[in-house]
Amino acid sequence: MNEFVERAITLRWPTVAKRAYDVVIIGGGGHGLATAYYLATRHGITNVAVLERSYIGGGNSGRNTTIIRANYGIPEAVRFYQRSVDLYATLEQETERGLMHKTKGLLWIAHSEAGIRQERARAAINTACGATTEYVDPPAIKEICPQIDLTGAGVWPVYGASYHPAGSTARHDRVVWAYAEGAMRLGVDVFQATAVTGLSMDHGRVTGVETGAGHIGAGVVLSAVGGHVTTIASMAGLRLPIRTHPLQAFVTNRYAQAFHPIVASSGLGGYASQTAKGEMLIGAEIDRAPSYAYDSGHPFLQHCAFRMMTLLPFLRDLQVLRQWTGVCDMSTDYSPVMGFTDVEGFLVTTGWGTWGFKAIPAGGEQMAALIANGRTPDLIAPFSLDRFARDRTMADRGSAGTH
Amino acid sequence: MARHRLRLCCPHCGVRAVEEFIYGELPTTPDTLVDADARDVDRAFMHGNTEGPVTERWFHTFGCRRWITVQRDTRTNEIL
Repeated sequence: MNEFVERAITLRWPTVAKRAYDVVIIGGGGHGLATAYYLATRHGITNVAVLERSYIGGGNSGRNTTIIRANYGIPEAVRFYQRSVDLYATLEQETERGLMHKTKGLLWIAHSEAGIRQERARAAINTACGATTEYVDPPAIKEICPQIDLTGAGVWPVYGASYHPAGSTARHDRVVWAYAEGAMRLGVDVFQATAVTGLSMDHGRVTGVETGAGHIGAGVVLSAVGGHVTTIASMAGLRLPIRTHPLQAFVTNRYAQAFHPIVASSGLGGYASQTAKGEMLIGAEIDRAPSYAYDSGHPFLQHCAFRMMTLLPFLRDLQVLRQWTGVCDMSTDYSPVMGFTDVEGFLVTTGWGTWGFKAIPAGGEQMAALIANGRTPDLIAPFSLDRFARDRTMADRGSAGTH
Repeated sequence: MARHRLRLCCPHCGVRAVEEFIYGELPTTPDTLVDADARDVDRAFMHGNTEGPVTERWFHTFGCRRWITVQRDTRTNEIL
């Protein structure tokens, strides 16, 4: 299919909200809409409302760098993200929408002996847990990505890398729209410009949400909010292991379609890939101080561009086209938080830090199963909120890509 | 219009770029949490993550190397 010519997406917007729904999902981004989609398609639960305060996909679903991968550092995470990689691979056929999904392969560069050990460990644990990652030496890196300067401008020499062939990208808006359309077709109500201003509680149980348009009753409320989850959770009296940090990214003007893989480096704190239009898309590490502001700044641009140029010298000849900021919900152990909370009737899917986009299909599928069956699926049981109190944290900072 | 640079006013050195500082979070465990174990979990893992005005500490690494107290609105990065 020509990805630029396709049928118009038909989104059936509802006019008025019902008095109550079985499930109310706060947040019309990838995770919220995917959960609604899988509730409708896999479990026949269509009495569902998704409430978005702005427009669907306008938050972090539209601000990420669209990388899909499963090369994580702990078994639980590898299995979970591999599920997402598998679902993404067939999502175009399932939704009959062009998502511009493209498998590119991902190189994670090591610049030191410690880096080599880390990438070898990553390859071993990925292979053991069902993802495909191999350790590659510098000549193989040059073959996969001829543009890399193996000397790293003499500052960041390339000693090796882990290579994850399943690494891919997809167009983020299209993923959001495909899930929204699929859910709406089966009767899910999606409301834009509908901010949740409060949660209604009855005897310690969440029974609905308050919005600008009035009260909406709910059997279950799921917060699939990116960025403002602490505020939503505090309405239910919950505290979360989350800090919200900005993360900036930029694209350059167009470069010939010659840059095939995704290249990431923990040492440089950045990653680069080429968009379908030919822009070089470069993302970076989170800003250190928590903030909800979408401010972009020149210090970031200077720092990030300089470092990436040491690895990819051709970037020197390109110009920065635009720059933007998203906000990342960083959990204390750098893994997502999914499932039940201490408050009955209130669920969360959060802590999506810098790994939210790639997790959309698996996160949605698993949260839908959890809501439909009233029981936590095995795949996401390790990521429940109570893991902190049980001293079972899922520490995986080295896989965030940017630390 | 987004500001292009967060600046902090160090009482010892004057107004400086935020890149000179390291962020330090102040504990936010509520007094209403009285159970000792629950307090420990909260102190170890939970964050206030306030959307709005916060009081926080910054260490002036590339300056006077002293801790300063800053009031900031996390929605806008405005220094209060």
